[in-house]
Amino acid sequence: MTRSALLVLADGRFPAGGHAHSGGAEAAVKAGRVRDAASLEAFCRGRLHTAGLTAAGLAAGAALGLDLHELDAAADARTPSPALRAAARRLGRQLMRAARATWPGPGLDALAAAFPRGAHQPVVLGVTARAAGLGPEDAAHCAAYEAVGGPATATVRLLGLDPYRATAVLARLAPEMDEVAARATAAAREGVDALPAASAPLLDITAEQHAAWPVRLFAS
Amino acid sequence: MHLDHGHTHHGAISADARRPDGTRRALRVGLGGPVGSGKTATVAALCRALRDTLSLAVVTNDIYTREDAEFLLREAVLPPERIRAVETGACPHTAIRDDISANLEAVEELEDAVGPLDLILVESGGDNLTATFSRGLVDAQVFVIDVAGGDDIPRKGGPGVTTADLLVVNKTDLAPYVGSDLGRMARDAAEQRGELPVVFTSLRSEEGVGPVAAWVGERLAAWTAAPAPTA
Ligand SMILES: Nc1nc2c(ncn2[C@@H]2O[C@H](COP(=O)(O)OP(=O)(O)OP(=O)(O)O)[C@@H](O)[C@H]2O)c(=O)[nH]1
Ligand SMILES: [Mg+2]
Repeated sequence: MTRSALLVLADGRFPAGGHAHSGGAEAAVKAGRVRDAASLEAFCRGRLHTAGLTAAGLAAGAALGLDLHELDAAADARTPSPALRAAARRLGRQLMRAARATWPGPGLDALAAAFPRGAHQPVVLGVTARAAGLGPEDAAHCAAYEAVGGPATATVRLLGLDPYRATAVLARLAPEMDEVAARATAAAREGVDALPAASAPLLDITAEQHAAWPVRLFAS
Repeated sequence: MHLDHGHTHHGAISADARRPDGTRRALRVGLGGPVGSGKTATVAALCRALRDTLSLAVVTNDIYTREDAEFLLREAVLPPERIRAVETGACPHTAIRDDISANLEAVEELEDAVGPLDLILVESGGDNLTATFSRGLVDAQVFVIDVAGGDDIPRKGGPGVTTADLLVVNKTDLAPYVGSDLGRMARDAAEQRGELPVVFTSLRSEEGVGPVAAWVGERLAAWTAAPAPTA
């Protein structure tokens, strides 16, 4: 494993479509629930321990080589919102494209062949980590970081929030991201049935509402 | 591209000039430029001028609405299944240059759904003078400015003005009202662009898009004639 490959994959500039998604932050900002660094931190913490933990488990499982169809079905079962399912598959396709150009190899080719309409993004993330020579902990770390990095960047754009304060939020959450990644990886080692299934109902509900807004800056 | 060997199935990668079955894909032309310069009007006029002879589709990149796509739908310049809107997360230039994955998805979905296509027009959301398209997304790009935005824009240059494959100076009908000197714009543009072409248009007139349509026709002829790249 090369630690630098992890930096390439986790970099917000990795061209896999994430920049157009707010991870629910746009709806939370509009509703007034996220309005400054403190409320952003609370939002990110909630997302990390729910959707983030679940995504991290799926990513770790895929990086461990668990059955991809079972993992993708597990992801569907853990994503009740049709809007979020569609977003996860779309982001999965976008990540697959970037990953195949970046770390070409048979694992990603097989995934693309098995899921022509795209697999859930965390599943693709796990296979990508494997293709990059990374392990399940790395994949879980990427998923956990994405779960909070996306909303933080989006909030900087939406609120004009001071970018230093937004980045400090991420730094304060770092120990919890490590914890989430460790828990997710441990669960994935037990198999698909043991994967975390935490969810945040408000994120699901507002994702459905957001998808119907006529005017919005972010795709989700 | 070096990834041609064995990796083109189940979705080509980036600028691959061929479809998975080996045939040449549609020519992709990007249209960028500042807000309100006439990009959507140019796309609409091009569709009307070319749709009887070519198989066309359009991708729009609105910044926070679906207005460009809806305008094209309302004007019925193409059937709805030939128009896709990409959402850009507050950053139009990111979606056309730094992370082109959503736009590549859109062009490939169009080819799958309504192809084979001859030409796909990709309109960027209105942005600044530095916004250009990635060569991984489009084969040629048009930069649309207008006379009302100030006749010093060609002199100021910037990547859009200096490097676009075609510079369109639109709304020439407004020049007398806003005091823009078209001769000066033409001289400045030539200075910035060397041999690269510049056309002046007014989309208010019949056939106003003619010079742009003629340029697209030339690009398309060259694209179809070229051997599929293998490098
Ligand atoms: N007078 C005049 N008006 C024009 C011309 N071309 C476009 N317009 C008008 O200019 C306005 C903006 O045109 P659009 O085509 O929407 O501009 P755009 O570049 O797509 O704008 P954004 O997508 O918002 O950046 C519209 O009201 C058009 O009708 C022209 O040649 N002359
Ligand atoms: Mg427009």
